Parts: sequence; C-alpha cells; structure tokens
Amino acid sequence: MESASITGTTINRSLEWFGDLGSFSWKVTRAAVTRPFELREIYRQFDEIGSKSLPLVALAGAAVGTVLALESRSSLAHFGAKSMLPATIVFTIIHEMGPIIAGLVVSGRVGAGIGAELGSMKVTEQIDAIEASAVNPYKLLVFTRVLACIVVLPLLTLVTDFCGVLAGWVATTLTDPISLLPFLHKGFSGVAFSDFLAPTLRTSVFGLIIGLVSCFQGMRTQGGTEGVGRSATSSVVLSSLFVILADVILVKLILIFFP
Amino acid sequence: MNHSIAEAILDRSQSVDISGEPAVVLRDLHKSFGAQHVLNGINLTVVRGETLTVLGRSGTGKSVLLKLIIRLDHPDAGSICIQGKDIAGLNLNEMNRLRTKMGFLFQHAALYDSLTVEQNVEFPLRRHTKMPKSKRINRVKELLRSVGMENDLHKMPSELSGGMQKRVGLARALALQPELLLLDEPTAGLDPITSGEIDDLVLKLHKEHDLTSIVVTHDLHSAKTVADRVALLDKGKVVMEGSFEDLAESKDEFVQEFFKRDS
Repeated sequence: MESASITGTTINRSLEWFGDLGSFSWKVTRAAVTRPFELREIYRQFDEIGSKSLPLVALAGAAVGTVLALESRSSLAHFGAKSMLPATIVFTIIHEMGPIIAGLVVSGRVGAGIGAELGSMKVTEQIDAIEASAVNPYKLLVFTRVLACIVVLPLLTLVTDFCGVLAGWVATTLTDPISLLPFLHKGFSGVAFSDFLAPTLRTSVFGLIIGLVSCFQGMRTQGGTEGVGRSATSSVVLSSLFVILADVILVKLILIFFP
Repeated sequence: MNHSIAEAILDRSQSVDISGEPAVVLRDLHKSFGAQHVLNGINLTVVRGETLTVLGRSGTGKSVLLKLIIRLDHPDAGSICIQGKDIAGLNLNEMNRLRTKMGFLFQHAALYDSLTVEQNVEFPLRRHTKMPKSKRINRVKELLRSVGMENDLHKMPSELSGGMQKRVGLARALALQPELLLLDEPTAGLDPITSGEIDDLVLKLHKEHDLTSIVVTHDLHSAKTVADRVALLDKGKVVMEGSFEDLAESKDEFVQEFFKRDS
C-alpha cells in the first residue's frame, strides 16, 4: 500500500516536472521571437559554452579513438580482419562515439555550469532584479544559452571526431605503422556524406536538451547554497540521462530515414 | 541627522497632500504560499510624491507586497493599480514599459555579481535608452556620486560591504529616473550609523528626484526618518495607517507592543 503511494507521488512529481518544463519551454520560445535579439550575450555564450569546452571534448575524443584502436585491433586480428581497423575506427567514431561523447562531456561541463550559475542568480534575487529592470530573463539568460548549446554541439562533435580519428591513427601506427593518408583513405572509403551528416546534426538535439534542462533546473532553484548544489547536480544528471535517451531514439530514426 | 536632511523632512511633511492623485492603489490583496496565508486582504493607497513606509514583523508579507506591486509574483485575489492601470491586465511589454518607471532596491541589493559596480548601474541605461556610451558613463558616474560611491566604479559586488551594495543598488534603481521607488528593507543588516546614512540618502534622493516611494522595513528609526505615512501590517492585514506620531500614540494593543519592543 505504502509503495503504491510512493509510486503515485513519484509519477505525480514527474508529470508536474514535465508540465513545468513545457511551460518553461513555451516562455523561452515566445521570448526568442521578440526583439531585442541579445546578440552580444549570444556571442558571449558561444565563447563560454563552445570555446571553453573545446579542450575537454578534444581530449575525450582522442582518448576514445586511442582505446577504440587498441581494443578493436586484437578483436579484428582474431577474425583475420585487421585491415578493417581504419574503417572500424572512422565508422564507430563518426556514427556513434563522437556525437555521444561530445554530448555527455558538454552535459557534464556546461550543464553543471548553467545549473549553478542560474541557481546562484535565482537565490540571490539577481533574476528578479533583471525582471524588475524590465528585461526578460527568459530571453537574456535562457534563450541565449540554449541557442549556443544547439549551435555549438555539432561543431564540438566535429572536433571530437577529428581528434578521435587522429588518435586512432596514432595508436594504430604505433603497432602497425601506416601513413595518415592511406589510413584515412581506407577509413573513409565506405563512408557516405549522410553517414556523417545525420549523426553530427543530431547533437543539436542534445544541445537543445542540455541547454533547456540545465536552465530550467537553474531557474527553479530554491533553498540557498544547498539548493544551488542540488540544481547543478540535477542539471548534469537529467541532461545526461535525456541525452542518452534521445540518442537511442535518434539513432533509430536516422536508421529509418538514412538506411 | 544633518540640518539639510532635517529641513527636507519638514519640507516634505508640509508638501505631501495625502488626498492627492493616487500613484498606487492596492485593493483586497490576498496571497498564499501553500497553506500559509501571507497577505489577507490588504487595502492601501499611495499618493503621488508620498513616501509610505510599511512596517511589520518578519514574515508578515512586506517584501511579498513589493514583489506583487512590480509583478515579480501574482496575487491570488485583489487588484493592484499603478498610475491608474490595473497591472493584472497588462501584457509583458506593457508591464515592462511600466517597470521602467519603477525602481526597486532589493533587501540584499541583488547586484549582478559578474558585473562591476559601473556595469551594474549602467545595465538599465544600456537596455532602455539610446544614450551613447560616453553619456551613459557620465550618467552612471553622476548616479554613483549621488550615493557616495563614485570612487568604486570598477569594483566587483563581492568587494563591497552590505551598506555599499545597498548604495549601488539604490543608484541602479534610480538609473531610469523612476517615478515610483520600491525599497525592500533598505537598512536591514546594517549598523546604526550606516542605516542612518542610507535613510539620509533616501530622503535626499527623494527630494532631488520628486519620487513616490514605498519603503518596507521593520526599523522604526528608519520609518520615522523617511516616512510621510506609515502602515503597520500584522497577519497579512493593515492594522493601522497614519503618521508615525499617530501610530506611536495609538492605544491599539499590537501597535503599542510593536513600538514598545523596538524602543
């Protein structure tokens, strides 16, 4: 009986959360289509979210490329398909590993940052002060961050892909020396433009999720510094979770539309 | 209190006509947070050019009242009319136009912590005026000079004391030359000397800028200094309103208790 009640409360809270997120998204959408367009703040957020995430996604991409080369090599050798190694690395990175790694790294770094920053502004009444100054905080604080996440994520995915493939080549050539150009030629020989485009652009959806969920969690912060900590944590957890769920759905859709 | 400030009090007590044109009218205002009824039928009228001080114990909904007036929150029932307009019926653009005529000093100043003092005061000017940069900076300097902070232009809010933050908050609230100034606990958490300075500053600015003000406080000394009229709140209702002297001499048990405890 008690567990049924707990389940009911959890479902109610979840539905309430989604309802509030829907209403929040509507306010952001309305704010997005009215003047002024906050170009200066958008530019600042591109730098904050994009440029400052660059080293981290590059490193993560390189690490994934290296591990992929080392792990795949022995498996492929076992089946006598070692020559498939470049194609395996390139295909795996541009299809799945690059987008999801970029999405998760950004949801960790940017999600926590947005959740904590907006949460701190909320509890110190800075968001109220913006609104009292006749400025729409959904436009100035939320829309600018969401837009930056949407635009920047595909660009960061390109960086992850590039570093992953490059590190994959380095790791491969240390054991079986091969020049870069033949490696790339072998790797990209079976790759069509659609193999590259759809997975990269799906990270825009990851960006939308990360920006929206993190801003939402930050803007509804309550309870002082402890609340700020909770918002930062929940921003990362929820945005990572929804990025993974969205990845599953989008991969299926991409397979349907780009077989 | 210096001589000019004392004169200012005398001038204003003689010049405010409490039967004059209403700037803010609150009618039967109710607000609850869950089961907690914070405002329980507030009726108040603030006349143009007047300073109304709202007194009351902590948790009686004084700050909530100010947030409802600038529509940072919505009442459950009742109406708020500012300059003859019911703010519930205004769309966001109309409300924002009205907000540019209002200045708000938050209890903890709420300065933008990623901006310098100069940028904080410049923020409303940059958003709502077409002033060129040089004029904006001159205006910011002038505002900061009027609150005695002209030497701290490039400091960050974290480098300022509580009193200094309130001064900068006041300068920011005055940036767009508002007609209505809302001050939430302007002297809370400050030592008596700094509190006195803030009160004197409020009086001086009031005189210079010809403002209508609503000051929320639980500080009787501050109320006595800045108020033309005082409203005392308890349990979400106005218990009594009148001049400070009227309240001080009241026979009402709660009013007597409130004034006795503080003195």
